[in-house]
Amino acid sequence: MKKRILSSSYLGLLLVLLYAPILIIIIFSFTEAKVLGNWTGFSLKLYASIFKGGIHHSLTSALWNTLIIGLIAAFSATLLGTMAAIGIHNLQHRSQQAIKMVNTIPILNPDIITAISMFLLFVSLGISQGYTTVILAHITFCTPYVVLSVLPRLRRMNTNLYEAALDLGATPFVAVRKILIPELKPGMISGFILAFTLSIDDFVVTLFTIGNEGLETLSTYIYADARRGGLTPELRPLSAIIFIVVLLLLLVINRRSAQKNITYNSNN
Amino acid sequence: MQNQLLSFLGRRRNWAIPYALFLVFFVLVPMTLIVYYAFTNQDGQFTFANIQKFWIHPEAMNTFIYSVVVAMITTVICILIGYPAAYILSKMEARTAKLLVILFILPMWINFLIRTLATVALFDFFKIPLGEGALIFGMVYNFLPFMIYPIYNILQKTDKSLIEAAQDLGANPRQVFLKTELPLSVPGIISGVIMVFMPVISTFAIAELLTINNIKLFGTTLQENIYNGTWNYGAALSLIMLLLIGLTALLNRDENTKAAEEGNLL
Repeated sequence: MKKRILSSSYLGLLLVLLYAPILIIIIFSFTEAKVLGNWTGFSLKLYASIFKGGIHHSLTSALWNTLIIGLIAAFSATLLGTMAAIGIHNLQHRSQQAIKMVNTIPILNPDIITAISMFLLFVSLGISQGYTTVILAHITFCTPYVVLSVLPRLRRMNTNLYEAALDLGATPFVAVRKILIPELKPGMISGFILAFTLSIDDFVVTLFTIGNEGLETLSTYIYADARRGGLTPELRPLSAIIFIVVLLLLLVINRRSAQKNITYNSNN
Repeated sequence: MQNQLLSFLGRRRNWAIPYALFLVFFVLVPMTLIVYYAFTNQDGQFTFANIQKFWIHPEAMNTFIYSVVVAMITTVICILIGYPAAYILSKMEARTAKLLVILFILPMWINFLIRTLATVALFDFFKIPLGEGALIFGMVYNFLPFMIYPIYNILQKTDKSLIEAAQDLGANPRQVFLKTELPLSVPGIISGVIMVFMPVISTFAIAELLTINNIKLFGTTLQENIYNGTWNYGAALSLIMLLLIGLTALLNRDENTKAAEEGNLL
């Protein structure tokens, strides 16, 4: 019993420390002060200004850019990665090992190496940097994760099903749509979510591939903000909202999967 | 034409070709470019000067060594704090543990720059001076979840019968831990180390914010060189970092892939 209290309070302490900065952001999203850490009385003005479009135009466009880049990159990575996983699964051992090895390079490389290597690629080809280069760079570091989350599902799957569909006269396209995709879907979804998260959270690779045409994502915007010595006050309520939404989403998913487990177990 | 396409797609291994080409163009070629730039000067002539500059020029070298030390300290603290947490989580009821693991990972959904700025505000509030201590705290704070998760994952999958066997054979709780659970969880610790050590060395922005621009880590040196247009020297420094990555990767090849495969939360 004593041991249990000790271990729970250890976890509790860690969580408190981990959440302290986030709590600070949430608390200070309810005051108008320009500087984070100054309390000038309770106010909902910052929230109001987000929803009334009162925030600076550049922050809104940074937010949109982040979401658009994230969605395009995650979608392309899921498509490319799933196709690749199906292909890799059917390759001979040696070429399979080779492509898997190259696939882990972007995962192992720290952001800054990926960033510099992409920067050098675009610069030496004379490609002007902007939307396209950021998206290509994001696809590059997202796809390996999709491949790795789809491959285990292929390994677990009964490959005869696909052959059977072909034998029964299905064209490869139909067989893929009716047999492969449903089996791979969970892997594809978790790959997509992972890719989207990585993309919207990325800072370093974006900074090196975004060029200097004035394009900004949320992280480069915050970086420029921080270098100027402050944080746009509206970022506080914005982060608070993002945090609460993600928290609720994860709790719902967790609850649902727990319920699914219960029904599954009771059926057995 | 359409028939050709169909027969091409009919062989499923051909489906890997687009991605293989993509990898060549966006991973292998860029990596080769780092090597190319590292060994050439601005006119494109072959030279060792960039590599030599690293050995002769003490500033980059010092930053590199300093970053490695900071990364080691951060990694050790992450293991010391994270292992007990992962251990406690692995002993809990599965549902509670899963929820708590999510709580540990959740802060990562807030942009790390905003979190770091909030940490700075927190330090200001408690009148704690910014500097080396704040830097280490900020790094541990940022990377701790990456240590807890892989260790928890492996501890939770440990075959319980091995522990019971040790108990049956008369081992006391301490021996059970030291002789069975700890050795079995080493791969998890290694994945954690890989996910913490290299990123700390290469991080930039966090160090500047937490030390009011007083301390620079190697990532900042790399970024400055690229930004100031000294690409060749920047590439040479990247190459040195790549060698370090190659070393850590060699230490543990399979674990990386496994860690990444298990890295997805949902």
